[in-house]
Amino acid sequence: MNSVVASAVPLFGLFTEPVSVAHYLVVGAILFVSGVACMALKRNALGVLMGIELVLNGANVNFVAFASPYLQGEGSRSLGLDGQVFALFVILLAAAEAAVALAITLNFYNNHATVDVDRADDLKG
Amino acid sequence: MAEFLINTVGLPDWLAWTVTAMVAAALILNVIAGGALVFIWAERKIAGRIQDRLGPTRTGGKFGWLQSLADGIKLLAKEDLMPDGADGMLFRLAPYVSFCASFCAFIALPFAFDFVGQRMNVGVFFVIAVLGLEVFGVILAGYASASKWSLFGAMREAAQVVSYEVPLGMCVVVPVMLAGSMDLVTIAEKQAGWLTNWYLFHDPFTFVIFWVYVTCAVASVNRAPFDLAEAESELVAGFHTEYSGLRWSYFFMAEYGSMFLVSALAALLFLGGWNGPVPVASLLGLSEGTGDTAGYFVRLLGMANLLGKATLGVLIMMWIRWTLPRLRIDQVMMTCLKYCTPIAAAMFLGAMLWQVALPGGLVPALRRPAGEIREGWLPGPGGAFALPSADAGKVAKVNP
Amino acid sequence: MISALSMIAGISTAAPLPVAAINWHSVFFLLFAAIACGFAVAVVAAENVVRMAFYLVLSLGATAGLFFLAGAEFVGAMQLMIYVGGTLVLLVFGVMLTAQAPLVAIKGSGRDRVLAGFVGVALLAVLLQSAFSVKPWRAAAAGMVAEPAATPIGMSLVGVRVDDPAGGAPATNKRPGYMLPFEIVSIHLLVVLVGAAYLARAKRRKTPRAIEVAASVEPPASVAEHASIGRERQRSGSVLAGGRS
Repeated sequence: MNSVVASAVPLFGLFTEPVSVAHYLVVGAILFVSGVACMALKRNALGVLMGIELVLNGANVNFVAFASPYLQGEGSRSLGLDGQVFALFVILLAAAEAAVALAITLNFYNNHATVDVDRADDLKG
Repeated sequence: MAEFLINTVGLPDWLAWTVTAMVAAALILNVIAGGALVFIWAERKIAGRIQDRLGPTRTGGKFGWLQSLADGIKLLAKEDLMPDGADGMLFRLAPYVSFCASFCAFIALPFAFDFVGQRMNVGVFFVIAVLGLEVFGVILAGYASASKWSLFGAMREAAQVVSYEVPLGMCVVVPVMLAGSMDLVTIAEKQAGWLTNWYLFHDPFTFVIFWVYVTCAVASVNRAPFDLAEAESELVAGFHTEYSGLRWSYFFMAEYGSMFLVSALAALLFLGGWNGPVPVASLLGLSEGTGDTAGYFVRLLGMANLLGKATLGVLIMMWIRWTLPRLRIDQVMMTCLKYCTPIAAAMFLGAMLWQVALPGGLVPALRRPAGEIREGWLPGPGGAFALPSADAGKVAKVNP
Repeated sequence: MISALSMIAGISTAAPLPVAAINWHSVFFLLFAAIACGFAVAVVAAENVVRMAFYLVLSLGATAGLFFLAGAEFVGAMQLMIYVGGTLVLLVFGVMLTAQAPLVAIKGSGRDRVLAGFVGVALLAVLLQSAFSVKPWRAAAAGMVAEPAATPIGMSLVGVRVDDPAGGAPATNKRPGYMLPFEIVSIHLLVVLVGAAYLARAKRRKTPRAIEVAASVEPPASVAEHASIGRERQRSGSVLAGGRS
């Protein structure tokens, strides 16, 4: 009966199969690409910053997926603790990066009364 | 409960777990909603008494105990307004964001030994983290209202959050360090026994840091003297100036829910959790760990204990609110960052040194053998560190 | 009551979808993954910068849910606490400070959109191909192996490894911990804190403000009192204290 249903309902297999590392990698890839597109598209400096956060988060999803012992199949070993610790460091450094980037943006806003990154061309020859 | 449904009632696994989850969610929701009803009435009565008034006296009998229900009906009947310039989606969503954050934090909060929505290895951390998300509701509400007063309230809230979260985190770390675990159930279990086993009385440093925690907790739930975000004498009503009716009441449910939550957290971290000042159950020879009726009764007793402590905490917050004047925003930030943070850091160091010097605490004779977990971390005679056994939750002891 | 419940159970097992075959871990994974990816795309698509920030909050929050599902409870809680509760509050704060009507929605040019779309699709294709190209990564999970615990992470950060070694290596106590990176990150954060405070500090103005000029020309006593209050507010507070600069 299961196979009948599986063929009748598209993608029903997603609900019955256990999650593997590849599932997480897909999520990480979508987050990463969204972040890159966000960085390329947005002209608001804070929008660019949000893109960076998305990129870092996509990388974090991958780290955690490789570290997780739950997602590994028979015979393969997880990255173990190292992946989780890397994810932690990424989170911490993202916080630091956001603080500095925000300070720079606010300074730029104070001096130029805009946050449009295309207007930051004072040093252009 | 899920095991009971599967084994005794004979439900399929998925249905049993779903029913269990629904029951747990309904119970938590009732704690928040019922608590809010009682606390709103209590607040009115307390405010009245402190200001030499009677408070509500007519609605529902002598003590006006139906007052909050009447308030609720009034709020339901009110027109739901939205300003013209408001960002519709964010304006509608903001109250729910606040309420959801407050609700989600209850998931990891244990009410008694086994009465917990989801026991987590990082319980304390989870509760503090999720509680911190409540601020998004306030900020979004303030921005989306398209009102200067609301925006001022939201900005103050954002500034306040970054100042109180630092000392709050430091205060929470101390009981975690003493218990050697971030699991709230474990932390409370370590304080079982007499009153002197509570972490409040563990050493002078924990006693001081408890009061720092109280200060930061009051700041974290936006209550006077830290209610800068709504400061009704300066900002009309701050972030919820433009809200009315049911949406407005969601903010209040969230506020009372968080008040109860930080009080319960204080009880779990410093005041022995569900362990009463006198270990009645263990004196009678009953244990909460057993699955029989006696164990269930002991756990119910523990829950009453914890609810009592948390309610006491909420009442104290009301007392503070109606006694102290409101601070200015720079005074709030100064209190949190210039006073609370250094005090918390110094007390953290002190508690750590005390733990090294006197691991048994002030009254070792009345204390359970402390540091079962930590022994496993120390190097053994052969210089070998303990590797975790199959149960990774507990680190195995080193064999001498 | 009980019989009614089992009746419902009986009906639902005979229902067209075989509920018993559903893997609930996968269902919750799909739920959180959909929220994370959907709102990540919404961040790109949104024009209003405040809404972008809100979508980002939801996306990162759902990612924390994914971490919990992968058994990384500590990382998930850390994500909620530092990323969502700290970094994004800061970001929203910045957004609100700069959110004036013309700056809320700055539109990119059409050429940028085409370019970004092209790069995005190409990158996504490459990443998806590589995600599915390694066979062990697609292998079905073995399921729950151990309760997640935060102790090994904490111990490794002070330089002691108590976790099971990865890759089948023998369990020795000579494996490297993370004490040095931990210290480096601490110093880094301190430097960043100082640097950000320095960058964002209130600048002294070269030209005196009108109110200061007014105060310096010996006003009558009652006005002088007001002006001194005004200066006091300017010195002590910022926009937050109500003294507009």
